[in-house]
Amino acid sequence: MAVVGEAAGLAGLHVRPALRDRLDLPRRVVFLAAASMVAIVFVLLGFIAWQGVQLFVQNGYPIGSVISTTWSPQDAPISFGVLPFVAGTIGVTGVAVLISAPLSIGLALFLSEVAPRWARAVVQPALEIFVGIPSVVWGWLGLTILVPFLRTNLNGLGFTLGFSWFAGSLVLSIMILPTITTITYDAFRAVPQDLRTGSLALGTTRWQTIRHILLPAARAGTLTAIVLGLTRAAGEALAVQMVIGNRPTMPTSLTQPMTTLTSQITLDMGNTVFGAPDNNVLWTMGLILLAISMIAVLLIRKLNRSGGRR
Amino acid sequence: MSAPSQARGALRGTSGRTIVADRAATVVLWALGGFVLLLLGAIILHFVIASIGVVSPSFIFGDPSDTELGGVGPLLWNSVYMLVLAMLIAVPLGILAGIYMSEYAGDNRVTDTIRFAEEAISSVPSIVVGLFGLIAFVNLTHWGFTALGGALALTLFNLPLMARLSEQALRAVPADERSASLALGATKWQTIRHVVLPLAIPGIVTGIILTAGRVFGEAAALLFTAGLSTPTGYNFGNLNIFDPKSPWSPFRPATTLSVYIWKTNSEGLSQFAAQIGDGASALLLGSVLIFNLGARFLGRILTRRLTAA
Amino acid sequence: MTIGIRRFGVLAMAATLAIAACSSAATTPPAASSASSAAPAGGSFAAPACASGTITAVGSTALQPLVDAAGKAYVAACPAATVTVNGGGSGTGLTQVASGAANIGDSDVTAESKLATPDAATLVDHPVAKQGWIVVANKDVTGVTNLTTDQNKQIWTGAVTNWKQVGGPDLPIVLILRPTSSGTRATFKQIVLGGASEANGQALTEDSNGAVTTSVQATPGSISVIGFAYYQGTAKANLVGFQLDGVDATVANMASGVYKLNAVGHMYTKGQPTGLTKAFLDYMLSDAVQKGLIPAQFYAPVNP
Repeated sequence: MAVVGEAAGLAGLHVRPALRDRLDLPRRVVFLAAASMVAIVFVLLGFIAWQGVQLFVQNGYPIGSVISTTWSPQDAPISFGVLPFVAGTIGVTGVAVLISAPLSIGLALFLSEVAPRWARAVVQPALEIFVGIPSVVWGWLGLTILVPFLRTNLNGLGFTLGFSWFAGSLVLSIMILPTITTITYDAFRAVPQDLRTGSLALGTTRWQTIRHILLPAARAGTLTAIVLGLTRAAGEALAVQMVIGNRPTMPTSLTQPMTTLTSQITLDMGNTVFGAPDNNVLWTMGLILLAISMIAVLLIRKLNRSGGRR
Repeated sequence: MSAPSQARGALRGTSGRTIVADRAATVVLWALGGFVLLLLGAIILHFVIASIGVVSPSFIFGDPSDTELGGVGPLLWNSVYMLVLAMLIAVPLGILAGIYMSEYAGDNRVTDTIRFAEEAISSVPSIVVGLFGLIAFVNLTHWGFTALGGALALTLFNLPLMARLSEQALRAVPADERSASLALGATKWQTIRHVVLPLAIPGIVTGIILTAGRVFGEAAALLFTAGLSTPTGYNFGNLNIFDPKSPWSPFRPATTLSVYIWKTNSEGLSQFAAQIGDGASALLLGSVLIFNLGARFLGRILTRRLTAA
Repeated sequence: MTIGIRRFGVLAMAATLAIAACSSAATTPPAASSASSAAPAGGSFAAPACASGTITAVGSTALQPLVDAAGKAYVAACPAATVTVNGGGSGTGLTQVASGAANIGDSDVTAESKLATPDAATLVDHPVAKQGWIVVANKDVTGVTNLTTDQNKQIWTGAVTNWKQVGGPDLPIVLILRPTSSGTRATFKQIVLGGASEANGQALTEDSNGAVTTSVQATPGSISVIGFAYYQGTAKANLVGFQLDGVDATVANMASGVYKLNAVGHMYTKGQPTGLTKAFLDYMLSDAVQKGLIPAQFYAPVNP
């Protein structure tokens, strides 16, 4: 086989495929298919950005008007402050990642360093099934199990209503667990085996090797995983909306209701008319969400580049 | 304390504490593995118990009702229908894009841009995709809420995923196979078409099924595109796809099972809202399990077939 | 299955005859067409005047059950017609009817209150039913059966924060609000609160009748407002419903006008309706709907 391969390499030199391939039809077709994704991004960004600025363009609100903590789209004085939603999104995702990241990294370590073959063969498919559980199902579980549990059993801690920041974060943390775990796992697997054996040969324990060799070596991958988890959590809509209570004020306590960008969009989109200020502000929120996810993509690229080459 | 670890300790002068830390870490990591399994087991068990007395053939195939338990038949049908519609667009396009990325793309700015676009679309929150669909496929087209609009929104998610999974499957085909084919005088496209693609099929099929599972569960992007209606009395004998009454028509609102769970919680008039929610969730979870196991099973069989041939 | 399809075919034939008799779609249909009198949904009422075609009604989730039921009954009597009914909210309904994406926009509130004047001016209002709401509380709120408008105002604006201040148990009041854009909230605010703003401090926001009902049942000391249709069966048993100013929240009291927490449900068309849209709206105002479906669905006729 290898000999044939070499021969083909030589033969390839003679037919000069580069020029012909450049002109052939299949190449154009597959290129168009791939390029369609670029077109989609441009159209999507364009539409959302256009509609997202209509509050300022069409309705004439100054840009500064949304930078306020007061959400009062109906009662005078009318104020479209989106800060409660931005803060809520940041808060609920931040806490979710704080819960999820240590668990996920530990789980990835288990799969990559500790688990015998049989254990991996059981846990990995389980994780894949987790990825596939639809977000409405998580929301449904949160609403019917978690919220009542918090209210009745942890009422003393301040969960007077059950609907809370913490409930949202907990649901999210489980939802992003497989995402962070799989990517971190890949990062650990990518660390050369030599580093491990070398370290162990020096007489260190497995945990020391993990702490001092593996974790630093897989840092970029781990960070990528966390950023991806953050993005997924920030964009999650229905599961969160069902359990956080949607109180449109700045978040105050983990045990109390709060709100997010996504949940306000789902609450108000149907009741407002396209083009009205209270509808356009929802598009502004959508634009903010889109900006968050684009920033995350850029961040991940940067992380990968710094992790890949050094 | 075992002999090897004692020896290790002696070599490096490792104190007892490091060894305890190592043991503790091992225990914690095992516990995490166990935790995930327990959690999944508990969730599955919960739905199995909750679906007793709810999920029956009449629930799976029956029409929804406000006065009795009713069923989710039309919604399940819509989920499958939208899935097929979305995959009809996403699969060919995704495979073609995957072929480009794996076989043609050079290390240049164009490739970089496409790769960036791929990553960007996959990270757009589903609700934002729904908003985009609302402008593009509902308002601008004047279609109103339609299955086609929903399917197009779903395609947006699937396309990058499908492209990436096909690319991975194609890249996994050994370079020797390509060289051999080219050496025999085949053109690049013939090589891709007759050598590389067939070898990548198991991977691509797995990719299709995994992508499909994701579509099945999606709700946020469909709220604003495929609509919220309560369909009943589908007549599958009506094959006229331009008749909005026909369940085969893409130009009709199509509430899916996952959207229905959402709707049941928010606007369900039924006394049985909780049971319907549990039953529908159990069905959805069951479908996801089937998709997942199906992907593994089919992938394995295809690999065996094709590599043996 | 085959039998179902065959019967469907027979109905379709009957309808074709009806349409032939009806002079075709666009012009005003004659008062009655006897061909479809065999249709099941008509009951003892006169059969609807049939028109053929396809229409979509989108909007208010509060009106959706009624429009849905009426649509199904109409189509059962007139199989050549397709009436698609979608939820999505009053705002969506008005947007889509104004832009032409839907034939009918269902709304809990007037178009003028949502749309800019030029858009609202192109829409024609068809009031079809009265919908009522009831103030409900969690089951643990005992000893209170009536709340006056004043007491409601104090509770919802946050002046009163404990049930004992209105004669109930010593229990903090938890407000479960609708989103600010909701028609229910707007109606309640106008009729009961006299325009005063709700307190946000100890409140939850849930977007719809179902979610509100679930939350009130589950949250101690909570109070909210739900549509009559949702205050039935198990929900009725698991909630405390209040009189308003001593008046029972019943369909009869709403119909006679003594129960004031109600509003007219609107179906909007862009310009004057024609064809099937007109036929369907006429059907909405016919006795079959006004005296048959409407009371059965816990609404009240729009014209007493």
